[in-house]
Amino acid sequence: MATLHTVNKSPFERNALESCLRFTTPGSSVLLIEDGVVGALRNTRLAPRIAQAMENITFYALGPDIRARGLEESRIIDGIRIVDYAGFVDLTAEHDRVQAWL
Amino acid sequence: MKYGIVVNTGPYTHQASDTAYHFTAAALGKGHEVFRVFFYHDGVNNGTRLGVPPQDDRNLPEKWSSLAQQHDLDLVVCVAAAQRRGLLDADEAKRHGKDADNIAPGFRISGLGQLIEAGIEADRLVVFGD
Repeated sequence: MATLHTVNKSPFERNALESCLRFTTPGSSVLLIEDGVVGALRNTRLAPRIAQAMENITFYALGPDIRARGLEESRIIDGIRIVDYAGFVDLTAEHDRVQAWL
Repeated sequence: MKYGIVVNTGPYTHQASDTAYHFTAAALGKGHEVFRVFFYHDGVNNGTRLGVPPQDDRNLPEKWSSLAQQHDLDLVVCVAAAQRRGLLDADEAKRHGKDADNIAPGFRISGLGQLIEAGIEADRLVVFGD
């Protein structure tokens, strides 16, 4: 039973992403949206934690929210997949449930 | 797939109401069914027709109304949250002795039971908020 977790806060503003990563189970996915996309950037304090989590969960980030913040997709951690809103919908359909970390 | 959508923030408090709109439009665009969109807490502020945003700003209540008209969407505003924030339909305005109502076309006021039902009926309940 795979869960799609959505995180919409920057990890430097609130601890939603870190809380989320404590509860993810292997095979589940995390989608970073809104200010949450900041967590997808390379070379941050959190990047090693994400790299470790990527061993058994899949990370996605919402492309329109990355671009809306002036962030280049080239600055995103390798292996984090970028999706648009249609891709977001596909992810909710592919997983058994969606958990928003507000 | 059948979706239930929950919107917990207003158009001027957080990006979440924009994300909810784009997600809903994308789901409908892919041929999914949206059983209901439930507006809760400050999310009820998406349902006023009396907002006059600047012309170069997006008008979310209008966008929701138009999406509802195109797809026969059920846009439900939580009654308790709506009363606190001055969002009224004609019946509620009359019942509380107010001189105007402001609910946008396509929205209706109802209770939390509608959220519970959406949770039961929908294959996926997707929550947007702050």
